[in-house]
Amino acid sequence: MTDKIQAKIIGASKPRIDGPQKLSGQAMYAADHHLPNMAYAYGVFSTVASGTIDNIDLSKAKQMPGVIDIFHHDHFPSLYRTPSSFAQENKVDETRLPFEDGKVYYPGQFVALVVADTFANARAAAYAVKVAYSADAEPIATLSQALERGDKPKTADSSGHSRGNPDSAFESSANQIDVTYVTPMETHNPMEMHASVANWENGDLVLYESSQGVIFARNVMAKVFGLPPERVEVRSPFIGSGFGSKLWLWPHAIAAAAAAREVGRPVQLVVPRQQMFTTTGHRPPTQQQIRIGADDNGKLTALTHDSVNTTSMVDTYVETTGSCTKSLYDCENLRVSHATIGANHGTPTSMRAPGAAPGLFALESAMDEMAEKLNMDPLEFRKANYTERDQSMDLPFSSIHLMEAFDKGAEKFGWSKRNAEIGSMGDGDEILGWGMAACNWEALKMNCDARVSLRADGTAYASCATQDIGTGTYTIVAQAVSAITGIPLDKIEVELGDSSYPSGPVSGGSWATATTLPAIAEATRSAIDALKSYAISDGGAFAGAKSDDLSFDDGKLVDGDGKSVAYTDVLSQLKLANADGEAHTPGAPQGEYSFRSFGAHFVEVRWDPGISRLRVSRVVSAIDVGQIINEKTSANQVEGAIAMGIGMALFEATEYDEGSGLPVNNNYAEYLVPVHADQPDSVDVILLDHPDYAFNEFGARGIGEIGITGMAAAVANAVHHATGKRIRELPIRLEELMSA
Amino acid sequence: MRNFEYQKADSVNAAVSAHAGQPSSFVAGGTTLLDLVKIDIMQPERVVDVNGLPLYDVEELDDGRLKIGAMVSNTDLAYHPKVVDQYAVLSEALLSGASTSLRNKATTGGNVMQRVRCPYFRDGVSACNKREPGSGCAAIGGHNRSVHAVLGTSDKCIASHPSDMCVAMAAIGATVLVSGPNGEREIDFLDFHLLPGDSPEKEHALEADELITHVVLDAPIKGSRSTYLKLRDRASYQFALASSGVIIATDGNTIRDARIAMGGVGTKPWRAREAEQALIGQPATEASFKKAAEIAFKGATPYEHNAFKIPLGQQAVVRSLTNATAA
Repeated sequence: MTDKIQAKIIGASKPRIDGPQKLSGQAMYAADHHLPNMAYAYGVFSTVASGTIDNIDLSKAKQMPGVIDIFHHDHFPSLYRTPSSFAQENKVDETRLPFEDGKVYYPGQFVALVVADTFANARAAAYAVKVAYSADAEPIATLSQALERGDKPKTADSSGHSRGNPDSAFESSANQIDVTYVTPMETHNPMEMHASVANWENGDLVLYESSQGVIFARNVMAKVFGLPPERVEVRSPFIGSGFGSKLWLWPHAIAAAAAAREVGRPVQLVVPRQQMFTTTGHRPPTQQQIRIGADDNGKLTALTHDSVNTTSMVDTYVETTGSCTKSLYDCENLRVSHATIGANHGTPTSMRAPGAAPGLFALESAMDEMAEKLNMDPLEFRKANYTERDQSMDLPFSSIHLMEAFDKGAEKFGWSKRNAEIGSMGDGDEILGWGMAACNWEALKMNCDARVSLRADGTAYASCATQDIGTGTYTIVAQAVSAITGIPLDKIEVELGDSSYPSGPVSGGSWATATTLPAIAEATRSAIDALKSYAISDGGAFAGAKSDDLSFDDGKLVDGDGKSVAYTDVLSQLKLANADGEAHTPGAPQGEYSFRSFGAHFVEVRWDPGISRLRVSRVVSAIDVGQIINEKTSANQVEGAIAMGIGMALFEATEYDEGSGLPVNNNYAEYLVPVHADQPDSVDVILLDHPDYAFNEFGARGIGEIGITGMAAAVANAVHHATGKRIRELPIRLEELMSA
Repeated sequence: MRNFEYQKADSVNAAVSAHAGQPSSFVAGGTTLLDLVKIDIMQPERVVDVNGLPLYDVEELDDGRLKIGAMVSNTDLAYHPKVVDQYAVLSEALLSGASTSLRNKATTGGNVMQRVRCPYFRDGVSACNKREPGSGCAAIGGHNRSVHAVLGTSDKCIASHPSDMCVAMAAIGATVLVSGPNGEREIDFLDFHLLPGDSPEKEHALEADELITHVVLDAPIKGSRSTYLKLRDRASYQFALASSGVIIATDGNTIRDARIAMGGVGTKPWRAREAEQALIGQPATEASFKKAAEIAFKGATPYEHNAFKIPLGQQAVVRSLTNATAA
């Protein structure tokens, strides 16, 4: 059937099938659910960074209109922690339960929860709760404070890698650089707030949650409340994006569910924007030392990448910045290592391209620095160190077209016209800077179940407990069913985002496409097999024939003699509603290949030294992610990632006051993300579209994350070309570029 | 947000009366007030709604001045033909501020009353003399890069004034008309906003229960050109790191008259009179502009993270003057 999958709908440019629902307001997001008799919860959040709660004065708040109950560490049901295992599908990044004790580990931590009859009453009462703290005099607010006076960094052994003799090889290298890069804390800032609507009925919990992983969320809730998973259902049919912040449940969801059970009413809790900076994860700040050794021909002789990031005081989160470094370039002597150190922040979590985004900023900036030292073109330097083998796994890459990405990107961008001299490319008041960087991301595939029905009314139905976080998963699932059955997209109903559906993957790691589509395809074929079994039964359209004699072609069953019957007729004739198929497909094949995606960004910046203005004016990105399933949604993912990469390069930084440890810019006005006016005049995304059939039958490796990797480095390298300033700490701010 | 009493006013006098007697706020577009009420920084017990009061007209007076009703939205003012034609600096300043949807709601009177963006003012707990007099200023020695001033600061407060519109009005010259319990009076625009000094909680020259009804712009300078330049990290939707609104008139290449006001760098909309004087009679050259820009920042006080605003502000002045005199 693989020939069928190559039907032209795979790779086509199709608008989202859920677009009309979103545009017309029919798509129900978590906080859109207002259940009968529902109460509303609003948090009270710690205003110290570290310390203990001395007293919670509820005297005024309890008298406020509409208040039903106020929970805190002395008034909250006893719950269980989740084991937090990825393998058991019950992972969270913050294992501490809300209101577990009277300790404060970070500012913006839940310290109380007001439940009232309306949102306004809950918020008004929350503001009237007075909390007295014993605050620690010197909270740890930043990575540099942690390194100065915190505990010793803890090495995360499992994510490290070493081969050859990196240190001695570096010492004896003809050309060396030894540089340290710093990246700030960043906050995901999905448009849709984190929100929970919890409803208990007869001891069963239904939770509407803005979640990138309904199965994980269900399992966590089951663990926390000591229930069998069958008694919990998590629904997340639409998500206003997450960027990783909604992969794992956070304390608010547990608080909402516990409160709902205690007050005996459904409870809605929306996390305010300010606390989405503190209590629903972030990309932690990193400090990364990179040493590169190279010979005079530009061949890498040694590479070390040692990094440390902050984590919370209660959990360990490792930002694996060296995850790409260990295999992107050919180098026999190499080490990557990661360490963590505690700070008074909420627990960090995955943010789009975790590890790779900050890691490739460092590596690809350092590669630019070494190219400059060698007096080589930065693109040629990278090509000189190209490899088709993953040396960290000692396996060949399943499919690599990085050279093509380099060449096609360079050609489209006009890289050959680059004058390498700093500041040499003037245009009126402005100076152009041209920079480039490679992108890289691991291709992953998980276990997946799915169900597909061919229905007598001429439609098909597919379901899977994965989610569409705005990326187009609904649409590509329909495309997969259509590719096999010939049923048009508008006749295919897709349901996702409910833990009662067949078990599907978390929407993260760029693995949803590679994981979900093979299961959908297998379930579709299984449905066709069921249809055939009905067709050959007594009274069926092909009664007495053998199943093997029938084939399914464009909505019809066909036998060897040329007789063909539409599947709707096969079902109607037997008074059957549908033919169902279920499937379970495994994770990625192990042991033969390393599966990774590749690409290259080429960036033009414009620097106006007379007014210290820096803008990204042009981007060309060539991306090698295997088969493209939907050209429109794929290009959209890369374009969005480029925008986010510009934000990472120039704007984004979550700041905490070094004295009080309190957040400084936890709002949408002062935490800067790129706006429309910051988008480059032109963005060209080149999708190389070489199927990787060793990975899965669709040949697709996933596309959500790779576009942000390398982007900040490409911008920084362009800035260096324009200004001569090598900025090793993000974001790149204009004051760093102004002449001294 | 706390509960408050809401009252809609049907006349200016009724609004003023309704405001009196308890902690009250007037609400027009609400883009500052509701924002601050929602995060519990302002806690009015009564909100007097002035929407609908007959203050929506833009009227050219016989003496050439332009009288703007307090309820005229930022959008309507920015696109008013007279403003586009005669007060380009104001139109450009308005359009550089906020976003389309905010400008549609925000009003002329409300924008004059816009409050500071200092994070320590807005977090509700840090030391802030403006929010809680006597508590100190966490911005001095804290994060003071983007929304903090280098001109007009005191050891009590360094928050920059956030408005773009007010910078243009400071350059043009204007009069604020107010109504209060004791009738109507006029306040010179440059006297309206107060320096923080020892009492940063007092931000403006309004007396208790006074309502802004109009802003009257001075008549345009004959033969002048004007422009506004706003410098910031991202291209839109950010308060100015430094901005410059200039009006300049030349005879040949000689500067006959000049006005310079600056935003993002001052604790109030900052008029640079001495710099203006230095330009008059000089040739319209980069050297003259640079000299004026240096004078404009004479006595500026840099803080730990915003020292760059001094050269950046000077760049804004030089480039805006250059643009306003370009052939």
